[in-house]
Amino acid sequence: MAIEIEQPSVGLSKVAVSETHGEDSPYFAGWKAYDENPYDELTNPSGVIQMGLAENQVSFDLLEAFLETHSEASSWGKGASGFRENALFQDYHGLLSFRKAMASFMEQIRGGRAKFDPERVVLTAGATAANELLTFILADPGDALLVPTPYYPGFDRDLRWRTGVKIVPIHCDSSNNFQITPQALEAAYSEAEAMNIKVRGVLITNPSNPLGATIQRSVLEEIFDFVTRKNIHLVSDEIYSGSVFSSSEFISIAEILEARQNKNSERVHIVYSLSKDLGLPGFRVGTIYSYNDEVVTTARRMSSFTLISSQTQHLLASMLSNKEFTENYIKTNRERLRKRYNMIIEGLRSAGIECLKGNAGLFCWMNLSPLLEKPTREGELALWNSMLHEVKLNISPGSSCHCSEPGWFRVCFANMSEQTLEVALKRIHNFMEKRERDRNLKVI
Amino acid sequence: MALSKNQQLLSKIATNDRHGENSPYFDGWKAYDKNPYHPIDNPEGVIQMGLAENQLCFDLIQKWIRRNPKASICTAEGVHEFKNIAIFQDYNGFKEFRQAVANFMGKARGGRVTFDPTRIVMSGGATGANETVMFCLANPGDAFLVPSPCYPAFDRDCGWRTGVQLIPVNCDSSNNFLITKAALEAAYERAQQDHINVKGLIIANPSNPLGTVLDRDTLRSLVSFINEKKIHLVSDEIYAASVFSTPSFVSVSEIIEEMECDRDLIHIVYSLSKDMGLPGFRVGIVYSYNDAVVNCGRKMSSFGLVSSQTQHLLASMLSDNEFVDNFLKENSKRLAKRHSMFTKGLEKVGIACLKSSAGLFVWMDLRRLLKEQTLESEMNLWRVIINEVKLNVSPGSSFHCSEPGWFRVCFANMDDDTVEVALERIRVFVEKQQVKSKRKFQNNLNLKLSYTPRRYDESVMSPHMMSPRSPLVRART
Repeated sequence: MAIEIEQPSVGLSKVAVSETHGEDSPYFAGWKAYDENPYDELTNPSGVIQMGLAENQVSFDLLEAFLETHSEASSWGKGASGFRENALFQDYHGLLSFRKAMASFMEQIRGGRAKFDPERVVLTAGATAANELLTFILADPGDALLVPTPYYPGFDRDLRWRTGVKIVPIHCDSSNNFQITPQALEAAYSEAEAMNIKVRGVLITNPSNPLGATIQRSVLEEIFDFVTRKNIHLVSDEIYSGSVFSSSEFISIAEILEARQNKNSERVHIVYSLSKDLGLPGFRVGTIYSYNDEVVTTARRMSSFTLISSQTQHLLASMLSNKEFTENYIKTNRERLRKRYNMIIEGLRSAGIECLKGNAGLFCWMNLSPLLEKPTREGELALWNSMLHEVKLNISPGSSCHCSEPGWFRVCFANMSEQTLEVALKRIHNFMEKRERDRNLKVI
Repeated sequence: MALSKNQQLLSKIATNDRHGENSPYFDGWKAYDKNPYHPIDNPEGVIQMGLAENQLCFDLIQKWIRRNPKASICTAEGVHEFKNIAIFQDYNGFKEFRQAVANFMGKARGGRVTFDPTRIVMSGGATGANETVMFCLANPGDAFLVPSPCYPAFDRDCGWRTGVQLIPVNCDSSNNFLITKAALEAAYERAQQDHINVKGLIIANPSNPLGTVLDRDTLRSLVSFINEKKIHLVSDEIYAASVFSTPSFVSVSEIIEEMECDRDLIHIVYSLSKDMGLPGFRVGIVYSYNDAVVNCGRKMSSFGLVSSQTQHLLASMLSDNEFVDNFLKENSKRLAKRHSMFTKGLEKVGIACLKSSAGLFVWMDLRRLLKEQTLESEMNLWRVIINEVKLNVSPGSSFHCSEPGWFRVCFANMDDDTVEVALERIRVFVEKQQVKSKRKFQNNLNLKLSYTPRRYDESVMSPHMMSPRSPLVRART
């Protein structure tokens, strides 16, 4: 007997039908334009250049050289039983050798100014999973995390989508180089209170995405004092910590805590990943480092949903426990990123464009506000459209990063060759020249 | 219980028990961890029979890997692909990987159905897959029906962070643990009366812990049931290729080809952790016939993508048809041999198991060894098995079994010699029991249900369960 199927079919969850995954934002529309017409030096020299993807492609040769000269990375370790043990290894504590290697790598990045205990390293499949997981642990649905603007667009999905947690912005602007101020922190907290929303923590990204700048020591101290006063958590996403152009300029929250003998540190949690510093986003290597025992235990249990492939743990344990390799990598990577950064800043400057003074990351924060027809979000999106369809550069509009000031754009520089960067800079140069000419014509 | 100041700083999810680890059943794990069996170093140690792992076919995989160095990005032959693979984080996954997995899934079902690679969605193991499906289908407070006995970690996977409840549909030995329409209807009605919104039914087929496959008629009646109630069906088919005799495995994917069904209700969960013995690689798959679930699941897969290094290796391996055909054949053969060896050994000492044709374990009937047919007796017997017989087996109550006296015993995570040692220990134990209480046994020595089971204590049905799949096993160096 036929079963009558009535329409509409069974509904999905609220989470499934919501738009909080954020993929309908203009941030991702640029991707489509790029996917449809991607630049290629030889086969498509007039295509769209991807400058919206914060990837680090400047140091792969170092990784490849390591693999070519270290066959133990390609073996499974310990002879015949090595493969079996690795393939069976699903312990959510993670491979001890890998945790040790991560802890040591994080120490090296901070120039030995902070110590990391491998027993506090929790592994997740990428920082995406780490940030979501921490949010599940630190906040209930309907609660809020305070996040300084502008921020990484993916946070809207990672912190809010399945967790039901809200983001209340801590507004920052160019009047003080987008630094986080105690007033802005208090204002955000009050805003949440006024809406009857319980604030559970502050989440900062240091170095900042999209600003490409580290947070100053005094500001970190203020933020830490603020969260202590309010008795809330502090999550410090330090995913770009190894991409600071000069080692001495990065202060990790870990250093602030050590200077205070770890007092009140159980509210602090650091997120890290190898996706940016090592350029390995495909491997899905994220970590949560928490000073809170309960958070470590709970996060570890939750990591069952998002463990790192044991095969990948093994490979990276071998790579990252080689101190000679990591020292050289960190140093060389820094230098190459600095060189790239200087190249793009100079190129933009000679085209009449200024950027926020940056010292880290895979991007610069470009100020095109003088070019806006209207100093509004619409004006910014109109300009962004021109950049995408006329200049054929996919850059990220500040509004997609929740920047309250229109006209700023994040421009990535490490995901392409130097030649491609030259091409991009030339296009910008031409664009600015043409605008100047057009303006002069109008004046006449 | 008042929360400590520290705990108050954390969320409700963080401080509740649905992770499932605060259960007494972990004593078995602890006993093993403290005193693990080793044939030479520790022959008196506890033998791990609580871990459903397939260790029988690694040689086949290793041989393939050695012969195909290009599939690895670390070898001289493969390192030129390193960069492309390392930067690939597209949540669609490598096309070759999706195709290879779809290919493998089809072959595991004897080629009777084909799977569309564009519906393959990655997740962090089946653990992540089950959670992802629940996030897509149900709101906090909604419920899914689940036949019991069931995989203990379903409660964590389906409900911990999603807020979804699981309602057991009890099955028992009176009809070999078949799922009846009556039982489903009863569970559904009770939920309605309690104002609980049932969004679907989740099954494991082949079953963990039973090791049985669902027959065609039962599958058809389940599909009818969910269509009639307009609720979802999630079929966790993680043991699809771990079938070693008849009756053979029929997948829900086959059933929907031969009967009317709203395909938007049908979702399959899969993984390579059991069939291929690769739990460390975290390859979970959500395969939904519902486009919206595929789209949503794919976005959610960002939270648990398969490492591109692993995708690359498996794309190559699973598209090698010669390898796959041989692997599936050998795997079945070796599981059959091991299953036979173990069950025959048990039969010799008068212990019967539920007749099964799949899985990495047997569902052992020790009801006649219970002092009383109660949960407490089962736990007492279990403690004896762990501490005296030195075998870590899993008591039926940890699977929400409403009938005391059943134990799940894994047989594929050890070598033949260890199986012999385990059987010998069981033999010795059973003989001792027979000497101890010969009189009692003579009355009860039949395997039919000859008692009225005490009503199962509701409090034990709370999510305090052992998680055999939970990576609590300490890493051995």
